[in-house]
Amino acid sequence: MEFLVASAVGVLTAAGLYLTLRKRTFPVIIGLSLLSYAVNVFLFASGRLVVNLPPILSDTAAGYTDPLPQALVLTAIVISFGMTAVLVVIALAAFLNADDDAVDTKGDSAG
Amino acid sequence: MTHWTIAPIVLPAMLAALITLAARNHPALQRVLSVAGTVTLFVIAVGLALRASTGEIAVYELGDWPAPFGIVLVADRLSTMMVLLTATLANAVVLYAIGTGWDTRGRHFHALFQFQLMGIVGAFLTGDAFNLFVFFEVLLIASYGLMIHSGGTARLRAGMQYVVYNLLGSTLFLFALGTIYAVTGTLNMADLAERVATLPEADTALIRVGATLLALVFAVKAAVLPLHFWLPGSYANAPGPVAALFAIMTKVGAYAMLRFFTLVFPPELGATEGMFGAILLPAALLTLAIGMIGILGAKRLDRLAAYAVIGSMGTLLIAVAILTPQATTAALYYIIHSTFASAVLFLVVDLVVQGRGAAGARIEAAAPIARNGLVAAMFFTAAIALAGVPPLSGFVGKLLVMDAARSSDPVWTIWATILVTSLIALVGFARAGSTVFWKTAQLDTAEADPAGPAGSTVLPLVSIGGLLTLLVGITVLAGPLTEYVGETTRQLYSPSQYIDAVLTTDEVAK
Repeated sequence: MEFLVASAVGVLTAAGLYLTLRKRTFPVIIGLSLLSYAVNVFLFASGRLVVNLPPILSDTAAGYTDPLPQALVLTAIVISFGMTAVLVVIALAAFLNADDDAVDTKGDSAG
Repeated sequence: MTHWTIAPIVLPAMLAALITLAARNHPALQRVLSVAGTVTLFVIAVGLALRASTGEIAVYELGDWPAPFGIVLVADRLSTMMVLLTATLANAVVLYAIGTGWDTRGRHFHALFQFQLMGIVGAFLTGDAFNLFVFFEVLLIASYGLMIHSGGTARLRAGMQYVVYNLLGSTLFLFALGTIYAVTGTLNMADLAERVATLPEADTALIRVGATLLALVFAVKAAVLPLHFWLPGSYANAPGPVAALFAIMTKVGAYAMLRFFTLVFPPELGATEGMFGAILLPAALLTLAIGMIGILGAKRLDRLAAYAVIGSMGTLLIAVAILTPQATTAALYYIIHSTFASAVLFLVVDLVVQGRGAAGARIEAAAPIARNGLVAAMFFTAAIALAGVPPLSGFVGKLLVMDAARSSDPVWTIWATILVTSLIALVGFARAGSTVFWKTAQLDTAEADPAGPAGSTVLPLVSIGGLLTLLVGITVLAGPLTEYVGETTRQLYSPSQYIDAVLTTDEVAK
């Protein structure tokens, strides 16, 4: 399972980084989403990977899973979701204003 | 436990909600609320700073959960100093925004402004690494809104880049926190400091990775070369008063570096020893060089101001990277100077750009603006402060940094870089200023647009004048101020005070 999770984080990060470096806004946004998935899985794994163990106190439990990373992941998901929404709106506004969706700005001498 | 520690976070948060909900169609009411809130924030900040100046470290436990289980806010000397700095700057910026009418050129300026203050103040006060991330996001999401305030193609495009860059930074921050949590099992800064110090040998490699990632995140915020690319475009395209407020945002990165690398990863810690000297110092020197050369090379005034910010961050980070008590004292003095000086430059540039009409921000001769002489004097005062020549605070700050550098190995490299880049900046400012303000005389003055921007013309000058007075003030009072930040440094370099205050519950319970 460790191998699966680790390679999932790796592949998501690689794909996210590649897409982030594209020059149109749409792939960049997709890339950022992939990166945020990668980091969420990574955070989840930072509390060690265990299966079928409760996160809260219980008399019958054989062991526990760490509940804190789950709370951290929840926060991170909410924040990255909100940020992506803002980014989409700004990208849309920029596209409607400029009639193209390139990420680059014009240089120093422009405007 | 008094509740004053959380007041500077709660006040702007409540006010922003109130402005959005109750005053959304009443610009005048928004202004009144926003100014009243910012002034109150300043008063609270002064109170907190006075309390901290006795050496007391006030700890506020959210929800009354004891550390390290709950989130804590910690108001020590450094935090309260930064909060006071933020509040002072905010007052000048909000007056300027109202005076020039920037706040009415789009919706929700004041609400976003208050949220931005909440994020910045929260980042300074928090004692929890994950909470720091959350406050970073609060200040960023408000800054996205402020950055594209009043719209326009270039601004939206630049805003898009700014958001993408900062989202990448946030992702990196989460990776860093995940790594650190995986090794230590805590994210409370005081608890982290204790656990990192007693970490087994086998885990040092991983904590080194975590510390490096964290330093990278803060370097993105502080615009250290080669992670500075987001800054010129976004600051140059942001509305003037917003860019002036952003002058404190790069300092959040510098603050976080100082906090983490004196408390959690102190200089004598084996795992991260020498990291700053080997990596951050050369990067800071290059940042300084690129910033000052950028001033000389800029074709637009707003870009020039943005590069001036990069340059002053370079000087500041040299002092941070040396990481001795003397250098940190210099860094803290320089933080105050650099915040005010960068902000005032952005405001003056905005005044010029607004007054010039078609010529805009381009550095070329155009018809003179209203009050050409006065604005020129303000521009050159800000330039003198930022270039670091006598008699203003930039010079004092630079002397302190250079004096602190004497104990470090690459002293001649540091001295040469600082002195040569000062000269380059001086030439750059002189070139831009003389073209914009003095070549105007040869042109037909009838071209000048007498209407100018809407809004009061006195308030912006009051705001800029106030900031310039502060610059003069920190120059004249450099002695007492250095003593004050020296005390702050002593508190920073004895982290046991901070750790005891957070983790000893009976001291907190009083």
